[in-house]
Amino acid sequence: MELLLVMLIGLLYASGIYMMLRRSMVKLIIGLILLGNGANMLIFLLGRIVKGKPPIIDSASKMLTEIYADPVPQALILTAIVISFGLQSFAIILVKRAYKITATDDLDELNTTDEIYE
Amino acid sequence: MNNPYIVLPVIFQLFTAVLLMFFWFRVNAQRLITIICSLISVGIAIWLFNEVYNRGILTMQAGEWQAPFGITFVADIFSATMVLLTAISGMAVAVFSTGSIRNARLKFGFFPILNFLLMGLQGAFLTGDIFNLYVWFEIIIIASFVLITIGGEKAQIEGAMKYVTMNLLASAIFLTAIAILYGMAGSLNMADLSGQVAQIENRGLVNVVAILFLVGFGIKSAVFPLYFWLPASYHTPPPAISAIFGGLLTKVGVYALIRIFTLIFIPDEFLSNLLIIMAALTILSGGLGAILQVNMRKIFSYLIVCHIGFMIAGLGIYTELAILGAIFYLIHDIIVKTNLFLISGLIFKLKGTLNIEKLGGIYKKYPKYSLLIAIPLFSLVGIPPLSGFWSKLFLIEGGYLEGQYTLVGFILLGSFLTLWVIAKLWSEVFWKESVDLPKKINVKYFYELKPFKQWAMIIPIVILTVISLYIGLAAEHIIVLSKQISSELMNPSAYIEAVLGTKTDMP
Repeated sequence: MELLLVMLIGLLYASGIYMMLRRSMVKLIIGLILLGNGANMLIFLLGRIVKGKPPIIDSASKMLTEIYADPVPQALILTAIVISFGLQSFAIILVKRAYKITATDDLDELNTTDEIYE
Repeated sequence: MNNPYIVLPVIFQLFTAVLLMFFWFRVNAQRLITIICSLISVGIAIWLFNEVYNRGILTMQAGEWQAPFGITFVADIFSATMVLLTAISGMAVAVFSTGSIRNARLKFGFFPILNFLLMGLQGAFLTGDIFNLYVWFEIIIIASFVLITIGGEKAQIEGAMKYVTMNLLASAIFLTAIAILYGMAGSLNMADLSGQVAQIENRGLVNVVAILFLVGFGIKSAVFPLYFWLPASYHTPPPAISAIFGGLLTKVGVYALIRIFTLIFIPDEFLSNLLIIMAALTILSGGLGAILQVNMRKIFSYLIVCHIGFMIAGLGIYTELAILGAIFYLIHDIIVKTNLFLISGLIFKLKGTLNIEKLGGIYKKYPKYSLLIAIPLFSLVGIPPLSGFWSKLFLIEGGYLEGQYTLVGFILLGSFLTLWVIAKLWSEVFWKESVDLPKKINVKYFYELKPFKQWAMIIPIVILTVISLYIGLAAEHIIVLSKQISSELMNPSAYIEAVLGTKTDMP
């Protein structure tokens, strides 16, 4: 399971970065989304994957003695998903506006702000 | 000491933002509320600063979940100073924007978003939990995305594309770093991490995580190879927005870098060298970039990059004296950079352009304003006894004592380049013969504004200039303060004890 996840995360990061390096704005957004998902999976993996051990303390004992599934990474991922949802929807709207205004999907065309004499 | 009121600056900004939303289309009511609330928030920040200065580090455990299990808010003297500076520049920008920003933009919710941005900044400075820091960073960037695109001009959208992309990438890298750090140390509380990370045996992995943090925060604070988004985007929104961005958004990255690298990852030789090389190249590339530009706000954008290098240099040298210099520079820089962008807004309203080749004759026509503007410009250069001088003095002394002669050379070169740029700016904009510019229809000139709006633009510049003068002329106070901050940063045991010390035994 861990090995599968590791491969999946590597794939998500690699494809995310590859997509970001393309010149199309839409591919840039896809790249950012893939990268964000890769980071979320990474948190999940590094929180240690434990199967069938809920972090519930039974009434007889005072603390968890055995290994248990850590609930913190899941809380972190949930927060990160919500945040990235908001940011990505903003980015998609921005790309749409940029396309409307500049009439191009090519990122290399968006360089008028870098010119010395505008 | 436990004090639940330390989150008051954050809560108050949230309250202001929500209150302003009820007056969405009534811009005059929004103007009034913003001015009043920003003054109150300065009051709260002064109270917090005073409390921390007299009583030491204050903490708040959210929901009474004791650290390191819950989210902790910590106000040490560094945080309290940053909160105070944020409140002051926030106040200046809020007052300035009541005069300078068009009603059309205000109707898109400029003031509520500005307050959300300030809330994010206050939160980032006060939090003691690394994932919580990530959340505050996200609040900052989403608010800044809205501010940078508000109005929707072509240049704004183009600048925003770069700004948004680089910030989202920085967030993804920051999140990756948090994930690996949590996997290694099993904690998110920064004070707890300080002890946990020191015990990890796999130092290679620790360095990898440290570099991931360096890249994530480095993009946000615009250090050498990662700064290209800044000059491409900071000159596109209205000047008031550039002011809050230039004054605070890059500095929150620097704050995070200083915090992380003094508390969690103590730089080893490799990291120190890396920081020093980055600092030197940041100073060089920012300074050279500024010489080339003709748009005043682009010049200031490159100077931001150049001066970020000074603070990173202080962190790279990593002695108490050098950190003192970096902190002093940070204090000076927030005030003066906010002021510079406000000044560019004023000059735009006076002349209708920011191209320094077309501008001219401002000194002849407006001698009082010119003298007012001269003070922040010269404190930026660091002409003694103005504020930039003292910080550079400590940085250079710190570098010299550690034998970092090349870095000292770069710092001097950076100061020289700044002097060159500012001298060129001064002679072009203020002393050169005035040229008659064609009147632009879509610009509302300064003399056309109502007296209230004229004052709203002048007063913040005066306030920030007075603070700059205070930092320069009463440097003793700031030195004492920076010294206390740097000694707290270099000996983080007081911070750790304040956060973890009250820990009760777990059931």
